[in-house]
Parts: sequence; C-alpha cells; structure tokens
Amino acid sequence: MALDGNEKREFKVIGQRVNRPDGIDKVTGKALFGADLTAPGMLTGRILRSPHAHARIVSIDTSAALAMPGVKAVVTNADLAEPQDDFFRDIKDNVLARDKALYDGHAVAAVAATSRSAARAAIRAIKVEYEQLPHVTDVDDAMKADAPVVQAGRADESVPAGSSPNVTSHFEFGHGDLEAGFAKADTILERSFKTAATHQGYIEPHACLATLGHDGRGELWCCTQGQYNVRTICSQVCGIEATQLRVTASEIGGGFGGKTTCFIEPVALALARKSGKPVKIVMSREEVFRASGPTVSSSSDVKIGMTKDGRITAAQAKLRYQGGAFPCGTVEFGAQAAFAAYDLDAVQTLGWNVLTNRPKEVAYRAPGAPMAIYAVESVVDELCQELGLDPLDVRLKNAARKGTLASYGPTFNDIGLVATLEAAKAHPHYGAPLGENQGRGLSCGFWFNFGGNTCVSLNINHDGTVGVVEGNPDIGGSRASISMMAAEELGIGYDKVRTVITDTNSLGFNDVTDGSRVTFAVGLATIEAARAAIREMCKRAAQIWGIDAEAVVWEDGAAKPSGPNAGDHPPMTLAEIAAVMDNTGGPIAGHHEVNADGAGVSFGVHLVDTEVDTETGATKILRYTVFQDAGKAIHPDYVEGQMQGGAVQGIGWALNEEYIYGEDGRLQNAGFLDYRVPVASDLPEIETVILEIPNPGHPYGVRGVGETPIVPPLAALSNAVSRAANVRMHELPMSPPRLLKAMSER
Amino acid sequence: MVKVKLWGSLRDLAEGQDVVDVDARNFKQLLDQLELQYPALSPQIKRGVSLALDGVIYREAWFTPISEDNEIVLMPYMVGG
Repeated sequence: MALDGNEKREFKVIGQRVNRPDGIDKVTGKALFGADLTAPGMLTGRILRSPHAHARIVSIDTSAALAMPGVKAVVTNADLAEPQDDFFRDIKDNVLARDKALYDGHAVAAVAATSRSAARAAIRAIKVEYEQLPHVTDVDDAMKADAPVVQAGRADESVPAGSSPNVTSHFEFGHGDLEAGFAKADTILERSFKTAATHQGYIEPHACLATLGHDGRGELWCCTQGQYNVRTICSQVCGIEATQLRVTASEIGGGFGGKTTCFIEPVALALARKSGKPVKIVMSREEVFRASGPTVSSSSDVKIGMTKDGRITAAQAKLRYQGGAFPCGTVEFGAQAAFAAYDLDAVQTLGWNVLTNRPKEVAYRAPGAPMAIYAVESVVDELCQELGLDPLDVRLKNAARKGTLASYGPTFNDIGLVATLEAAKAHPHYGAPLGENQGRGLSCGFWFNFGGNTCVSLNINHDGTVGVVEGNPDIGGSRASISMMAAEELGIGYDKVRTVITDTNSLGFNDVTDGSRVTFAVGLATIEAARAAIREMCKRAAQIWGIDAEAVVWEDGAAKPSGPNAGDHPPMTLAEIAAVMDNTGGPIAGHHEVNADGAGVSFGVHLVDTEVDTETGATKILRYTVFQDAGKAIHPDYVEGQMQGGAVQGIGWALNEEYIYGEDGRLQNAGFLDYRVPVASDLPEIETVILEIPNPGHPYGVRGVGETPIVPPLAALSNAVSRAANVRMHELPMSPPRLLKAMSER
Repeated sequence: MVKVKLWGSLRDLAEGQDVVDVDARNFKQLLDQLELQYPALSPQIKRGVSLALDGVIYREAWFTPISEDNEIVLMPYMVGG
C-alpha cells in the first residue's frame, strides 16, 4: 500500500512499555468474560453429544425430554436454517449433526431448561438411535482406498482421479527442475514425519448468552475473536438478517485461532428463539477438547539434497493433513510455508487435505505452517549433522532474501530473515557450552500475515481526551497498542486515550482478530483516523485565527500557524480546540475504513537447549531464545509476550500435547490432566530479541507478530532433543515414553 | 497483457500452463479473464484466491492496477489464526 510519504520513524509514545489498560480489570475480577453475563429469566443450554466416532442417526426422540419439568426447548439440526454455501452448511452440520454423527463428541441435540440439573436430566432423556459405522482417525489410514468414507462427494476439482473419497483438496507449489537439482547434491536425505493434533488450549471455554425475540431481533454476547464473523455465521445458520443480530464480544481468555468460528452460538440462538427466553451455554473443558477445533494432525515426507559445503540443491515435501470430519483449507498454507526460508533453484511441495472422524479443525496460530516447517527443518538439521556443518551457517548460506523467488511463487521484497539469523549467530546463547545429554536445536519460521477489513472511529472529547472505537477483540494487547498509535499521531499522552471494542451494530464491518492483522491493520486505520481528526482541528484553529487552514500545521499535540502570512498566534492544543468545538462547528472525530493490504511477511529464528533424562525419557528445557522481526514494536512487552507465548505453546506441541484416540475412535484424554500443556515450572525464562526492519506497508513499519512464534519451536525442539539423545526423532510429541523407546532402539 | 503465475495444482485446469497471459489492467479484470479463458479455474476463484503483486500479497482489492511490468502470482486465499 502506497503511503505517499506518510511514514513516521521518530517516536515519543511508540516503543514505550506503558501500563496495560485491561490489567486492573483482569486482576480484580471486574473483566467480563463469556460466562460472566446473566439475564432475567435466563435458561441454561446444554448439548447432547455423540458417544460414537461415526454413526448414522436413525432417529431422535425428544418427547420425554420436552415433558420434563423446567425444560423449555429442545433443538436439533432441523431447527436451523438451510445455508446455500458449503462453508456455512458445514458449520451448521458441525454445531448440530444432520444425519450422521461424524466424530466422538459431535453435537446431536440441545436443550434449554430453568436449571443446570434440569438441563442435564433432559439431555439424558433424549433418545437417539444410532447405527454405528466404521471410523477412521489417522490421516494415512484415511487416504487408503478401502478407508471408511467420512463424507462422500466432498472432493474439489484439484483432487486427482483415483484418490480416496476422504481427500478433499490437493495442492502443489514450487519451481525448478527437481531431478537436476537432486543430481547436483552430494547427500540426499529423505525422511517421514508425524505430528499429533493439538488444541489451542485457551483457558476460557467457549461461552455465550443469546436472546432472540419473536420480533426477530437478537442479542448475542460471546467470547470470540471476531464478533462480526459470529454475526455472519449465525445470520446464515439461523436465518437472521445481519442488522437484527447484535453481537458483542466479551473479554477473551485466549483464542489463538480457535475462536474464529462458532460452536455454540447458533445453538443458543435457536434455543432462545424456540423458548422465547435468554439462553446461556458454557462448554465444559471436556466439550472444548472433544468438539471445538484442534489443529490438524499431519504425516509428511521430506527429501532434501545438499552439497558438502551446505548448499541445498533441491527440496521436496509431501504433506498430508487431516482436518477432521469437514473439508479444511490448511495444507495449502503448510505447503506454501514449508521452504519459505530458503533460496532454492528447485523446490516442490505437495499437499492433501483429508477427512477423518475427528472434530472439525480450526486455525491455530499460523495454521498449517508449524508441522510443515518442523519436517523441513528437521531434515536440514540432520543433513548438517551428517555433513559436519554448522546449522546456522547453512541457514545463512541458503537464506531467502530480497530478490529470492519464494517457494510459494512471488519474489520477496525486503524481508528480515538474514538479519534475524545473524542476530542469532551473534547472541551468546549460540556459542554457550553444552553438557552431557544436552543438545541445541535451531529452526527458522515463517508466516504470511495479512491486513483485512477494518473500521476505526476516533472521537475528540471536550476535556481533551480521546476515545478510539474499534471492532477487533483484544487477544494480544491491541487496546494498548491502538491507544499508543493514536496518542503518538495526535501528540498527546497515552493516558489521554481510551480504546474500546464495540459491538457489530456500532461500527462498520471488521474482519476477525487473526492473521496477525490487528496491530498492523487497526493501527493503520487508527493513524489515518487520527490524521483526519488533526485536519479538522487545524481547520478549527484556522477559523479562530482567521487564517487559511493550509497555513496551520500540527506539532506536539497543538495547531500552530505556519508560513509567511499565517500571523503570530500562540499554539492551540488539542484540549483547547476541543473545549470550544461546539462553537466552531460541532463534534470533532476522525474515522477510517480500509481493506488493508501490505502486511508484510514475517520470519523468526528459535534457539533452544535441552537436556534428556536417559532413564525416564523426560526432556528439560535449559534455555530458549526467540529472535523475530517485528517491523516496529509498538509495545515491546506485548511483542515479547507473543514471542514467549508462541515458544511455550510450541514446547507443549513438541514434547507432550496430543489428541489420543482409542481403537473405538473416542478421544481418551479430554482434560488438562491427561492433555499436558507446559506449566511455569517446566520452563526457563524465554529470552527474546526483537529486530525492527520496517514494513514499508505500514506508516510506522509494523509487521504482525502473533503467529510466526508458533512456527519454529517444533523443529527447534526436535533438533535439540535429537542431538541430546543421540537419536533422530521423527514424530511429535516427543513424550517420555516415545523418546525412551527411541533411545532404547538406537 | 500481463503474465499470471499459477500454483502447480492449477496447471491441469489451465491447459497445462504454469504461466498464463491475460488481458487485464486490474485484479478484477484479471480474475474475470482467467475464468473466461480457463473455466476449469472458476471453482477455485469462486472459493477465493489471493494475488501477489511484486511480492506484496493482496486478499481482495479488485481495482488494484496491474501492468505487464508487474510480477503477478495467484495464491490461495490467505487465512490466519
């Protein structure tokens, strides 16, 4: 996006570590999350879920449940609308199954009752007759010709003839002559990998409160990464005009991509419509695991050729992702990202999206990239080990840079990979000594980022304070960074600005808080809204002084006369202009609406030291450092938090987290006791190094930082553990039993 | 005429070509022409695509001007978490 010379590189507020605006509310319990709202006459909603991995629903008898005391409504798929679009129909058939239960935990029916106990009893009273069907939960099994068919007829035109009916789409990217490239290699390695499905692991379960009156007007309060997206989905799935459904996003207790769709909101609205009462649904943790989206699990093959001096001559990856019982669009991003860090003459990535009898996959920070880059970076590391080469020098030798033809098609502009690698090489961590059973791992990571649809309104108050209204739930500190950008542009203190996140009927459409887009796109819109307000304030000052508006400039939070004929007038501050705005033309506000592009891609490098316990197979994280290009860190605490959070989630993904299915296709570990995320005592301080290579697509140079940090940890950990244990690992998680087994077989 | 680079799995839907010539001065014209010249690409275009213009990825923006001097790459519609 051309900025017409509006770039700003000298800052007063940007880069400071100001107090977070949501801190007091959160530590005092004042913040209202999804489950915190109640309404008069509110009913409790509860969902009946399939106990089978795959079963035809022969009949649902709700009569006994409806006759029970306190039960006000029962709904099934038949109570929802009929969206024409596959995307919305799949969401509908996921929130309440149509004719088949497609996975363990798939919602089948729902009740609304006057108490939780009545709702529980009513759920037990619903009689569902199932005809069990063969199931498949493993991606490789699902691709076999004789695999149980999860959903027939879902393959798009990209799927080669003869593929399993469970393959829904196929992708290929790359360039160059692979055969000639591999012929130039001194060593070629080909390895196969598997990664388990992992959950985003947000602390706050999905929760919502819905009303939908007989007049067709609805109100929905829910925890989500995008209230406008919820409105769009619910409008389609429940048959409500958009303007009649006002959606307000609650405070959010984590999302990481997992709250970019709907699981319970259409059900709550359907129950509210049927009962005529407000209905609240709160998922249990077990329901969150069984029926809200984990990420994909993967199976992959990677082949890389390298010369003795570390030049990659050719590279190929074959990626197979299962995204649960509905078509997903994830492998294409893994296939595009797999070799993005490398400057390659010959590269090819192939990907297949596959159906299984598992819950519908949902985005998880940089969807699809971590598992692809895990496989690629593992093979690069093994090649370095085999050829006796320094893994960081090999990355530098092959690093993508400005002018590189990216493996996914375009030619790179200014990117920060080389600078990030050089920062890692220069860091004391890289040269620090290691002890017995210890190993160091390294991985590059990449994500695209995007901008998207964004509206911001910025209002000048009479007392000289400023209100910013935006429409993206704050999942990573955006209220602080947006206030900071407004303050910077207006030339006032951060404490004079308050940013609020509004509902769907109070501001134009905003895309979901995802794609690492908010600091970039909402920030860009905020800056432009502030500039619009400044233009108006300069005009008001010019009126007061009786000079042309063109003869007024804005400096240090005040209008100043400028130019030979402007006259000698003392500056008027924002507060002074605001105080008399009723007399000079009325309210002063700026707003900006944009579908922002130019987000700029992002690279990161992670370094980790691990120690392996040879008796138990347990892995201890000794040291971890994250290097990432943030373009410009608006609030460094939050940027570091994103980098640290991604590393920690990646540590869990690499070492312990996995969806474990039994032979019966049922999830065996639907709770945090058996699905082990890292806790503070598992972790060292995660060190961070922020690089700032300005993104030309943003006035302050911002790049999104929210997703890239989840990408490198899988391979960094695998490489560190493989070196520490002296056995190359090819499957995640590297849980103690799996690592112990690998060590015993070496 | 602008040259549009397709991703590999679209090749079979565009008469075996990795790069196709299209008479277009903006993204909308480009997508319209692609559908007209290669109807088999239509389902993918309708599902959503992004376009990279000289390395900068655009998700939407029909009226972004393009010329024969630009590098134009068709990409899957960008999503995130």
